Amino acid sequence: MESNVTTQAQPSKMEALRQKWALIWKGIIKENPTFVLVLGMCPTLGTTTSATNGFGMGVATMAVLIMSNMAISLIKNVVPDKVRIPAFIVVIASFVTVIDMLMQAYVPSLYAALGVFIPLIVVNCIILGRAEAFASKNGVLDSALDGLGIGLGFTLSLTTIGAVREVLGSGAIFGLSLGIADYMPLVFVLAPGGFLVLGFLMVLFNKFLKK
Amino acid sequence: MESSLKNMVVVLGTITLISSAAVGVVNMITAEPIAAAKVQAVNDALSLVLPPYESVVSQSDESDGVTVTTHTASQGGEVVGYAVESASKNGFGGAVRLMVGFDKQGRILNINVLEQKETPGLGTKMCDAENPLLASFKDKLAAEVKMSVRKDGGDVDALTAATISSRAYAEAVARAYEAYKVAAGLQSEANAVSGATQQTEEGGYDGE
Amino acid sequence: MEYFAIIIGAIFVNNVVLAQFLGICPFLGVSSKVETSMGMGAAVTFVMALSSIVVWLIQEYILVPLGIEYMQTIVFILVIAALVQMVEIVLKKVSLSLYQALGIFLPLITTNCAVLGVAILMIQKEYGLLEGLAYSTSTALGFALALVIFAGLRERMEFEEVSQAFQGVPIALITASLLAMAFMGFSGLV
Repeated sequence: MESNVTTQAQPSKMEALRQKWALIWKGIIKENPTFVLVLGMCPTLGTTTSATNGFGMGVATMAVLIMSNMAISLIKNVVPDKVRIPAFIVVIASFVTVIDMLMQAYVPSLYAALGVFIPLIVVNCIILGRAEAFASKNGVLDSALDGLGIGLGFTLSLTTIGAVREVLGSGAIFGLSLGIADYMPLVFVLAPGGFLVLGFLMVLFNKFLKK
Repeated sequence: MESSLKNMVVVLGTITLISSAAVGVVNMITAEPIAAAKVQAVNDALSLVLPPYESVVSQSDESDGVTVTTHTASQGGEVVGYAVESASKNGFGGAVRLMVGFDKQGRILNINVLEQKETPGLGTKMCDAENPLLASFKDKLAAEVKMSVRKDGGDVDALTAATISSRAYAEAVARAYEAYKVAAGLQSEANAVSGATQQTEEGGYDGE
Repeated sequence: MEYFAIIIGAIFVNNVVLAQFLGICPFLGVSSKVETSMGMGAAVTFVMALSSIVVWLIQEYILVPLGIEYMQTIVFILVIAALVQMVEIVLKKVSLSLYQALGIFLPLITTNCAVLGVAILMIQKEYGLLEGLAYSTSTALGFALALVIFAGLRERMEFEEVSQAFQGVPIALITASLLAMAFMGFSGLV
């Protein structure tokens, strides 16, 4: 099971640092969970009615992702193969519940805005996907960095989508009105606008960033 | 790792146990802030829909499977108004919960939306400081408003393209008014004088 | 009348995929052929109806009496995962033909967020057992409907020339957007 993807024979300190950095960076562009891997579409569409909501969802998911990646990396050697998936699901669900309760306690208005999508982080394919593909094969630090990278990529994508929809649909950004609300087509904050904005942003991403 | 029945059960059991314990601990830590945040939200809403008051007495009831809480506010031993926390389950995205403030004469002072999951930009307009729904109720005698949207033959101006949300809003206000009538009725039974005042002042309003 | 509103609302007005954004992954993934999407729709309907009953009973008779509603997420996802496994085993024993038709979709259902989403929403909306069953079944039917329509559109799209940057998911999303717009027309129904 153990195969350290990132360590070479005798990496210098600089080299090691650069590799850690690459580990984070890849989640943002090369393996961007939204635009390249096309994972976690439900929260991506459901919570990006405003930049703030998209950002909040991204951060909540990132927190769960980092913690579950670390925990799974820690327990990877004691979990029998056949119950791997159920064990991972229990770990992930616990972290989601923890985040759920913390948000309810300390950011109740954001919690109310994100609604059912917070408990649904459990079934976000990104989390289980990274647990399977990365955390169950790599060390704790690398898993945490992988979670950080993918989480940042997810947060950036969601915030971007949210910002575009908010500007186009309600003429505001991060809740600050731009004074053009009356001229903006509301449809962008509604369901069809979600699909449309994500579709076109993906086209732009394909065209300019994906190499 | 090799799977045998024994290690599968042991590992899964241990993980579940540790996880539940951890979740339980976090629940204990956050239970208080969550409750405090809820109380804070209720108090904020109360001060928005009521005239200045010193103390409130709250009472909860069930009506059609919806919890309705009546807060009777007093200042200097005299009742200054009633705030009713009411809800409708029939919003577009789920429940719509409101806090409706009444004065002693049954006039609607203000309405504050506590919780809604309506469509952003359409149904969410019910939270705006000025919106047709609120304008249909605010500063009006509840008894004189037919609490359903115009489409259904009532007096309530619906939000554009959000009839379902508007219906839910009107339904919640109507439910609040029912609870207000009970609370204010009890009050006037206990204190016949205040009942009399209520009538005269109502009459005065009609003449205006 | 109330059931009628719940059913029409869940299938058309508040369509689970096109208005609530639940179950997007299978919507984009499994919907390239009408036939497979019908299979997926049937499997989801079956599991969703079943899980809503089980989840409702667990909430009502275990979580609430013990005062541990906060364990909801963990318990529900485990119940759904176990249920899917059980359905798979039972189906294999009872009806091989049905298993062959639905079997390949079953493992995909555990991570279909529509199933967990509906279970949580049903509890949040404080539905009774029968209302919940009507709600979950019609939500699933709405899911199947969206899936089948979308598959029909994509079957035709295969013969279209699509500019390179639009190929694959982007054009599917834009099609979905148009479909969602069409479904918005239902919003005055209930």
